[in-house]
Amino acid sequence: MIIAEAKPLAEVAGLINDAQKILVVGCGGCVTVCLAGGEKETGILAAALRMLRKKEGNPLETVEVTLTRQCDPEYVDMLAKYVTDDIDAIISLACGVGVQFLAERYPKWVVPALNTKFAGATIEHGVWEERCGLCGECILYKTGGICPVIRCSKSILNGPCGGSQNGKCEVNPETPCAWQLIYDRLKTLGKLDLLLEIQPPKDWSKSRDGGPRKVVREDVRLA
Amino acid sequence: MQDFEPKIVAFCCYYCAYSAADLAGSLRLQYPANIRVIEMPCSGKTDVRVLLEAFEKGADGVYVLGCMEGDCHFLKGNYRAKRRVKQAKKILDEIGIGGERLEMYNLSAAMGPRFAEIAQEFTERIKKLGPSPLNKNYPPPPKEGEGHKGNSTKAGEGE
Repeated sequence: MIIAEAKPLAEVAGLINDAQKILVVGCGGCVTVCLAGGEKETGILAAALRMLRKKEGNPLETVEVTLTRQCDPEYVDMLAKYVTDDIDAIISLACGVGVQFLAERYPKWVVPALNTKFAGATIEHGVWEERCGLCGECILYKTGGICPVIRCSKSILNGPCGGSQNGKCEVNPETPCAWQLIYDRLKTLGKLDLLLEIQPPKDWSKSRDGGPRKVVREDVRLA
Repeated sequence: MQDFEPKIVAFCCYYCAYSAADLAGSLRLQYPANIRVIEMPCSGKTDVRVLLEAFEKGADGVYVLGCMEGDCHFLKGNYRAKRRVKQAKKILDEIGIGGERLEMYNLSAAMGPRFAEIAQEFTERIKKLGPSPLNKNYPPPPKEGEGHKGNSTKAGEGE
Protein backbone atom coordinates (compact mmCIF):
# COMPACT_ATOMS: atom_id res chain seq x y z
CA MET A 1 0.00 0.00 0.00
CA ILE A 2 0.94 3.65 -0.24
CA ILE A 3 2.65 4.88 2.91
CA ALA A 4 2.35 8.52 3.91
CA GLU A 5 3.06 10.61 6.96
CA ALA A 6 1.67 13.84 8.32
CA LYS A 7 3.12 17.15 7.26
CA PRO A 8 4.09 19.43 10.14
CA LEU A 9 1.02 21.18 11.50
CA ALA A 10 2.55 24.63 10.99
CA GLU A 11 3.08 23.91 7.29
CA VAL A 12 -0.55 22.89 6.77
CA ALA A 13 -1.81 25.81 8.87
CA GLY A 14 0.35 28.21 6.86
CA LEU A 15 -1.26 27.07 3.63
CA ILE A 16 -4.78 27.92 4.79
CA ASN A 17 -4.06 31.16 6.63
CA ASP A 18 -6.72 33.07 4.73
CA ALA A 19 -9.45 30.46 4.97
CA GLN A 20 -12.43 30.90 7.29
CA LYS A 21 -14.07 27.57 6.62
CA ILE A 22 -12.37 24.44 5.37
CA LEU A 23 -13.30 20.96 4.36
CA VAL A 24 -10.99 18.35 5.88
CA VAL A 25 -11.15 15.16 3.84
CA GLY A 26 -9.76 11.87 5.09
CA CYS A 27 -9.22 8.75 3.00
CA GLY A 28 -10.32 5.29 4.07
CA GLY A 29 -7.70 3.53 1.93
CA CYS A 30 -3.96 3.05 2.39
CA VAL A 31 -3.47 6.09 4.60
CA THR A 32 -6.00 4.72 7.08
CA VAL A 33 -3.97 1.53 7.34
CA CYS A 34 -0.72 3.43 7.87
CA LEU A 35 -2.50 5.66 10.39
CA ALA A 36 -1.75 8.88 8.56
CA GLY A 37 -5.03 9.99 7.01
CA GLY A 38 -8.01 8.03 8.27
CA GLU A 39 -11.05 9.26 10.14
CA LYS A 40 -9.21 9.60 13.42
CA GLU A 41 -6.28 11.52 11.96
CA THR A 42 -8.75 13.74 10.12
CA GLY A 43 -10.40 14.57 13.44
CA ILE A 44 -7.07 15.24 15.13
CA LEU A 45 -5.86 17.54 12.35
CA ALA A 46 -9.16 19.43 12.25
CA ALA A 47 -9.14 19.87 16.05
CA ALA A 48 -5.51 20.99 16.03
CA LEU A 49 -6.14 23.54 13.27
CA ARG A 50 -9.26 24.87 14.99
CA MET A 51 -7.43 25.31 18.26
CA LEU A 52 -4.44 26.91 16.59
CA ARG A 53 -6.64 29.45 14.86
CA LYS A 54 -8.81 30.06 17.90
CA LYS A 55 -5.66 30.82 19.87
CA GLU A 56 -4.66 33.33 17.21
CA GLY A 57 -8.07 34.98 17.47
CA ASN A 58 -8.98 33.97 13.95
CA PRO A 59 -11.45 31.11 14.38
CA LEU A 60 -11.64 28.45 11.74
CA GLU A 61 -14.69 26.44 10.91
CA THR A 62 -14.13 22.88 9.77
CA VAL A 63 -16.22 20.23 8.11
CA GLU A 64 -14.80 16.72 8.35
CA VAL A 65 -15.54 13.95 5.90
CA THR A 66 -13.70 10.68 5.33
CA LEU A 67 -14.23 9.11 1.92
CA THR A 68 -13.91 5.39 1.35
CA ARG A 69 -11.13 6.21 -1.14
CA GLN A 70 -9.96 9.42 -2.74
CA CYS A 71 -8.51 7.65 -5.77
CA ASP A 72 -11.88 6.65 -7.29
CA PRO A 73 -14.18 9.18 -8.99
CA GLU A 74 -17.30 7.59 -7.51
CA TYR A 75 -16.18 8.37 -3.99
CA VAL A 76 -14.75 11.77 -4.89
CA ASP A 77 -18.13 12.68 -6.40
CA MET A 78 -19.78 11.94 -3.05
CA LEU A 79 -17.93 14.93 -1.63
CA ALA A 80 -19.91 17.34 -3.83
CA LYS A 81 -22.57 18.10 -1.23
CA TYR A 82 -19.90 19.21 1.23
CA VAL A 83 -18.05 21.46 -1.21
CA THR A 84 -20.31 24.45 -0.69
CA ASP A 85 -19.61 28.03 -1.77
CA ASP A 86 -18.44 29.05 1.67
CA ILE A 87 -15.66 26.45 1.73
CA ASP A 88 -12.42 28.38 1.25
CA ALA A 89 -10.07 25.40 1.06
CA ILE A 90 -10.03 21.63 1.04
CA ILE A 91 -7.42 19.77 3.02
CA SER A 92 -6.81 16.27 1.75
CA LEU A 93 -5.40 13.59 4.03
CA ALA A 94 -4.75 11.19 1.15
CA CYS A 95 -1.70 10.32 -0.87
CA GLY A 96 -0.82 12.60 -3.76
CA VAL A 97 -3.33 10.78 -5.95
CA GLY A 98 -6.23 11.78 -3.72
CA VAL A 99 -5.05 15.38 -3.55
CA GLN A 100 -4.90 15.56 -7.36
CA PHE A 101 -8.28 13.91 -7.77
CA LEU A 102 -9.94 16.39 -5.42
CA ALA A 103 -8.20 19.28 -7.17
CA GLU A 104 -9.35 18.05 -10.59
CA ARG A 105 -12.92 17.56 -9.49
CA TYR A 106 -13.51 20.69 -7.41
CA PRO A 107 -12.61 24.30 -8.21
CA LYS A 108 -11.16 24.95 -4.79
CA TRP A 109 -7.75 25.46 -3.22
CA VAL A 110 -6.76 21.89 -2.35
CA VAL A 111 -3.99 21.42 0.18
CA PRO A 112 -2.15 18.18 0.98
CA ALA A 113 -1.87 17.37 4.67
CA LEU A 114 0.42 14.38 4.14
CA ASN A 115 3.74 13.65 2.54
CA THR A 116 3.44 10.55 0.36
CA LYS A 117 6.45 8.35 0.98
CA PHE A 118 6.53 4.98 -0.76
CA ALA A 119 4.88 1.66 -1.57
CA GLY A 120 5.45 -0.46 1.48
CA ALA A 121 4.08 -2.76 4.11
CA THR A 122 3.57 -3.00 7.85
CA ILE A 123 6.60 -4.57 9.54
CA GLU A 124 5.04 -4.21 12.97
CA HIS A 125 2.29 -1.99 14.32
CA GLY A 126 3.59 1.53 13.75
CA VAL A 127 6.50 0.53 11.49
CA TRP A 128 6.28 0.59 7.70
CA GLU A 129 8.98 -0.29 5.21
CA GLU A 130 9.42 0.25 1.49
CA ARG A 131 9.14 -2.97 -0.47
CA CYS A 132 8.37 -2.04 -4.07
CA GLY A 133 10.00 0.50 -6.36
CA LEU A 134 7.08 0.56 -8.82
CA CYS A 135 9.62 0.04 -11.60
CA GLY A 136 7.14 -1.37 -14.10
CA GLU A 137 8.75 -4.73 -14.76
CA CYS A 138 8.84 -7.26 -11.96
CA ILE A 139 11.93 -9.45 -11.61
CA LEU A 140 11.12 -10.94 -8.21
CA TYR A 141 11.01 -14.43 -9.70
CA LYS A 142 14.73 -14.15 -10.36
CA THR A 143 15.63 -13.03 -6.87
CA GLY A 144 13.70 -15.29 -4.55
CA GLY A 145 10.99 -12.72 -3.92
CA ILE A 146 13.34 -10.03 -2.60
CA CYS A 147 13.48 -6.88 -4.68
CA PRO A 148 16.99 -5.56 -5.39
CA VAL A 149 15.59 -2.55 -7.20
CA ILE A 150 14.19 -1.04 -4.01
CA ARG A 151 15.80 -2.98 -1.16
CA CYS A 152 19.37 -2.71 -2.43
CA SER A 153 20.60 0.83 -1.75
CA LYS A 154 22.28 0.83 -5.17
CA SER A 155 19.49 -1.00 -7.02
CA ILE A 156 22.05 -3.31 -8.60
CA LEU A 157 20.82 -6.36 -10.46
CA ASN A 158 24.01 -8.40 -10.08
CA GLY A 159 24.99 -8.34 -6.46
CA PRO A 160 26.18 -8.06 -3.86
CA CYS A 161 28.44 -5.04 -4.27
CA GLY A 162 31.73 -4.80 -2.43
CA GLY A 163 30.17 -2.86 0.42
CA SER A 164 28.14 -5.65 1.95
CA GLN A 165 29.48 -6.51 5.41
CA ASN A 166 28.13 -9.18 7.71
CA GLY A 167 24.89 -9.15 5.82
CA LYS A 168 24.41 -5.41 6.26
CA CYS A 169 24.53 -2.55 3.79
CA GLU A 170 27.43 -0.10 3.80
CA VAL A 171 25.00 2.75 3.26
CA ASN A 172 23.30 2.07 6.59
CA PRO A 173 24.45 -0.69 8.96
CA GLU A 174 20.86 -1.22 10.07
CA THR A 175 19.74 -2.07 6.54
CA PRO A 176 20.02 -5.72 5.60
CA CYS A 177 21.95 -6.27 2.36
CA ALA A 178 19.28 -7.18 -0.18
CA TRP A 179 21.72 -9.34 -2.09
CA GLN A 180 22.67 -11.23 1.08
CA LEU A 181 18.96 -11.83 1.65
CA ILE A 182 18.57 -12.98 -1.95
CA TYR A 183 21.54 -15.35 -1.58
CA ASP A 184 20.20 -16.83 1.66
CA ARG A 185 16.74 -17.23 0.20
CA LEU A 186 17.91 -18.88 -3.01
CA LYS A 187 20.15 -21.18 -1.01
CA THR A 188 17.16 -22.28 1.07
CA LEU A 189 15.19 -22.88 -2.10
CA GLY A 190 18.10 -24.81 -3.69
CA LYS A 191 18.13 -22.35 -6.57
CA LEU A 192 21.56 -20.76 -6.19
CA ASP A 193 22.23 -21.49 -9.84
CA LEU A 194 19.90 -18.57 -10.65
CA LEU A 195 22.66 -16.29 -9.44
CA LEU A 196 25.04 -17.58 -12.11
CA GLU A 197 22.95 -15.92 -14.76
CA ILE A 198 24.22 -12.41 -15.43
CA GLN A 199 21.39 -9.91 -15.52
CA PRO A 200 21.49 -7.46 -18.42
CA PRO A 201 20.94 -3.78 -17.73
CA LYS A 202 17.36 -3.17 -16.68
CA ASP A 203 14.93 -1.65 -19.14
CA TRP A 204 14.12 1.52 -17.24
CA SER A 205 11.82 2.73 -20.01
CA LYS A 206 9.10 0.83 -18.18
CA SER A 207 9.77 2.74 -14.99
CA ARG A 208 9.54 6.53 -14.67
CA ASP A 209 10.68 7.44 -18.19
CA GLY A 210 8.05 8.50 -20.69
CA GLY A 211 5.69 10.50 -18.50
CA PRO A 212 2.83 9.24 -16.38
CA ARG A 213 2.18 5.55 -16.84
CA LYS A 214 -1.22 4.14 -17.58
CA VAL A 215 -2.69 0.68 -17.16
CA VAL A 216 -5.68 -0.15 -19.34
CA ARG A 217 -7.72 -3.32 -18.94
CA GLU A 218 -9.93 -3.54 -22.01
CA ASP A 219 -11.75 -6.55 -20.59
CA VAL A 220 -13.16 -4.57 -17.68
CA ARG A 221 -13.77 -1.23 -19.36
CA LEU A 222 -17.42 -0.17 -19.51
CA ALA A 223 -17.24 2.03 -22.57
CA MET B 1 -5.23 36.09 37.52
CA GLN B 2 -4.90 35.18 41.22
CA ASP B 3 -8.52 34.03 41.38
CA PHE B 4 -8.11 31.85 38.31
CA GLU B 5 -9.61 28.44 38.96
CA PRO B 6 -8.53 26.10 36.19
CA LYS B 7 -10.71 23.44 34.67
CA ILE B 8 -8.81 20.19 34.76
CA VAL B 9 -9.86 16.87 33.31
CA ALA B 10 -8.36 13.73 34.83
CA PHE B 11 -8.71 10.56 32.79
CA CYS B 12 -8.47 7.79 35.38
CA CYS B 13 -7.84 4.11 34.90
CA TYR B 14 -10.51 2.07 36.67
CA TYR B 15 -8.02 -0.34 38.20
CA CYS B 16 -5.72 2.19 39.85
CA ALA B 17 -6.46 5.89 39.76
CA TYR B 18 -10.22 5.58 40.02
CA SER B 19 -9.85 3.33 43.06
CA ALA B 20 -7.20 5.64 44.44
CA ALA B 21 -9.68 8.50 44.08
CA ASP B 22 -12.20 6.45 46.08
CA LEU B 23 -9.58 5.78 48.70
CA ALA B 24 -8.68 9.45 48.86
CA GLY B 25 -12.36 10.09 49.51
CA SER B 26 -12.58 7.43 52.22
CA LEU B 27 -9.51 8.91 53.87
CA ARG B 28 -11.24 12.30 53.80
CA LEU B 29 -8.28 13.79 51.95
CA GLN B 30 -8.74 17.26 50.61
CA TYR B 31 -7.72 18.11 47.09
CA PRO B 32 -8.63 20.96 44.75
CA ALA B 33 -12.13 20.94 43.35
CA ASN B 34 -10.82 21.78 39.88
CA ILE B 35 -10.54 18.16 38.86
CA ARG B 36 -13.19 16.51 36.69
CA VAL B 37 -12.58 12.79 36.94
CA ILE B 38 -13.39 10.58 33.97
CA GLU B 39 -13.27 6.85 34.47
CA MET B 40 -11.62 4.72 31.80
CA PRO B 41 -11.52 0.91 31.62
CA CYS B 42 -7.74 1.24 31.27
CA SER B 43 -5.39 4.14 30.57
CA GLY B 44 -4.73 2.26 27.31
CA LYS B 45 -8.09 3.69 26.21
CA THR B 46 -6.36 7.09 25.97
CA ASP B 47 -6.98 8.63 22.58
CA VAL B 48 -5.11 11.64 21.21
CA ARG B 49 -8.31 12.95 19.69
CA VAL B 50 -10.16 12.84 23.01
CA LEU B 51 -7.30 14.56 24.83
CA LEU B 52 -7.38 17.37 22.25
CA GLU B 53 -11.16 17.52 22.49
CA ALA B 54 -10.90 18.16 26.23
CA PHE B 55 -8.75 21.22 25.53
CA GLU B 56 -10.98 22.36 22.72
CA LYS B 57 -14.01 22.13 24.98
CA GLY B 58 -12.40 24.40 27.54
CA ALA B 59 -10.01 22.44 29.76
CA ASP B 60 -6.98 24.38 30.99
CA GLY B 61 -5.16 21.18 31.83
CA VAL B 62 -5.59 17.47 31.30
CA TYR B 63 -3.90 14.50 32.86
CA VAL B 64 -4.06 10.78 32.45
CA LEU B 65 -3.63 8.48 35.43
CA GLY B 66 -2.55 4.93 34.78
CA CYS B 67 -1.27 2.03 36.83
CA MET B 68 2.34 1.78 37.93
CA GLU B 69 4.56 0.75 35.03
CA GLY B 70 4.64 -3.03 34.81
CA ASP B 71 1.39 -3.33 36.76
CA CYS B 72 -1.20 -2.65 34.08
CA HIS B 73 -4.24 -4.91 34.43
CA PHE B 74 -4.14 -5.24 30.65
CA LEU B 75 -0.34 -5.57 30.63
CA LYS B 76 0.64 -2.71 28.33
CA GLY B 77 -2.19 -0.17 28.49
CA ASN B 78 -0.27 2.37 30.55
CA TYR B 79 2.75 2.22 28.25
CA ARG B 80 0.49 2.88 25.29
CA ALA B 81 -1.16 5.73 27.16
CA LYS B 82 2.24 7.22 27.87
CA ARG B 83 3.15 7.23 24.19
CA ARG B 84 -0.18 8.75 23.18
CA VAL B 85 0.13 11.44 25.83
CA LYS B 86 3.59 12.19 24.43
CA GLN B 87 2.15 12.50 20.92
CA ALA B 88 -0.66 14.77 22.14
CA LYS B 89 1.88 16.91 24.03
CA LYS B 90 3.77 17.33 20.77
CA ILE B 91 0.60 18.50 18.99
CA LEU B 92 -0.23 20.89 21.85
CA ASP B 93 3.26 22.35 21.58
CA GLU B 94 2.79 22.82 17.84
CA ILE B 95 -0.55 24.53 18.37
CA GLY B 96 0.98 26.80 20.98
CA ILE B 97 -1.22 25.65 23.84
CA GLY B 98 1.79 24.00 25.46
CA GLY B 99 2.45 20.33 26.07
CA GLU B 100 3.04 21.06 29.76
CA ARG B 101 -0.72 21.40 30.17
CA LEU B 102 -0.99 17.67 29.62
CA GLU B 103 0.65 15.00 31.77
CA MET B 104 0.70 11.29 32.44
CA TYR B 105 1.03 9.97 36.00
CA ASN B 106 1.32 6.48 37.39
CA LEU B 107 -0.05 5.31 40.70
CA SER B 108 -1.69 2.27 42.29
CA ALA B 109 -5.13 1.74 43.80
CA ALA B 110 -3.59 1.91 47.27
CA MET B 111 -2.18 5.37 46.70
CA GLY B 112 -5.10 7.55 47.77
CA PRO B 113 -2.80 10.19 49.25
CA ARG B 114 -0.80 10.27 46.00
CA PHE B 115 -4.02 10.86 44.05
CA ALA B 116 -4.72 13.93 46.16
CA GLU B 117 -1.09 15.01 45.85
CA ILE B 118 -1.18 14.76 42.05
CA ALA B 119 -4.41 16.78 41.95
CA GLN B 120 -2.74 19.41 44.11
CA GLU B 121 0.51 19.39 42.11
CA PHE B 122 -1.16 19.59 38.73
CA THR B 123 -3.63 22.27 39.78
CA GLU B 124 -0.72 24.37 41.02
CA ARG B 125 1.07 23.86 37.74
CA ILE B 126 -1.91 24.98 35.68
CA LYS B 127 -2.57 27.92 37.99
CA LYS B 128 0.98 29.06 37.36
CA LEU B 129 0.56 28.63 33.61
CA GLY B 130 -2.70 30.57 33.67
CA PRO B 131 -5.77 29.92 31.54
CA SER B 132 -5.40 27.96 28.33
CA PRO B 133 -4.78 30.29 25.38
CA LEU B 134 -8.12 29.04 24.08
CA ASN B 135 -9.87 30.47 27.15
CA LYS B 136 -8.67 34.01 26.68
CA ASN B 137 -11.99 35.41 27.76
CA TYR B 138 -11.18 34.69 31.37
CA PRO B 139 -12.23 36.33 33.65
CA PRO B 140 -15.76 36.33 32.24
CA PRO B 141 -17.62 39.62 31.92
CA PRO B 142 -19.17 40.49 35.31
CA LYS B 143 -22.70 40.51 33.91
CA GLU B 144 -22.69 36.71 33.61
CA GLY B 145 -22.06 36.41 37.33
CA GLU B 146 -21.77 32.66 37.25
CA GLY B 147 -18.04 32.22 37.34
CA HIS B 148 -15.61 30.93 34.82
CA LYS B 149 -16.88 29.42 31.63
CA GLY B 150 -14.98 27.75 28.87
CA ASN B 151 -14.64 29.70 25.67
CA SER B 152 -17.92 29.22 23.89
CA THR B 153 -16.84 30.41 20.46
CA LYS B 154 -18.03 28.06 17.80
CA ALA B 155 -15.02 25.98 16.96
CA GLY B 156 -16.30 24.02 14.03
CA GLU B 157 -18.67 21.32 13.12
CA GLY B 158 -18.12 17.75 12.13
CA GLU B 159 -20.28 15.66 9.90
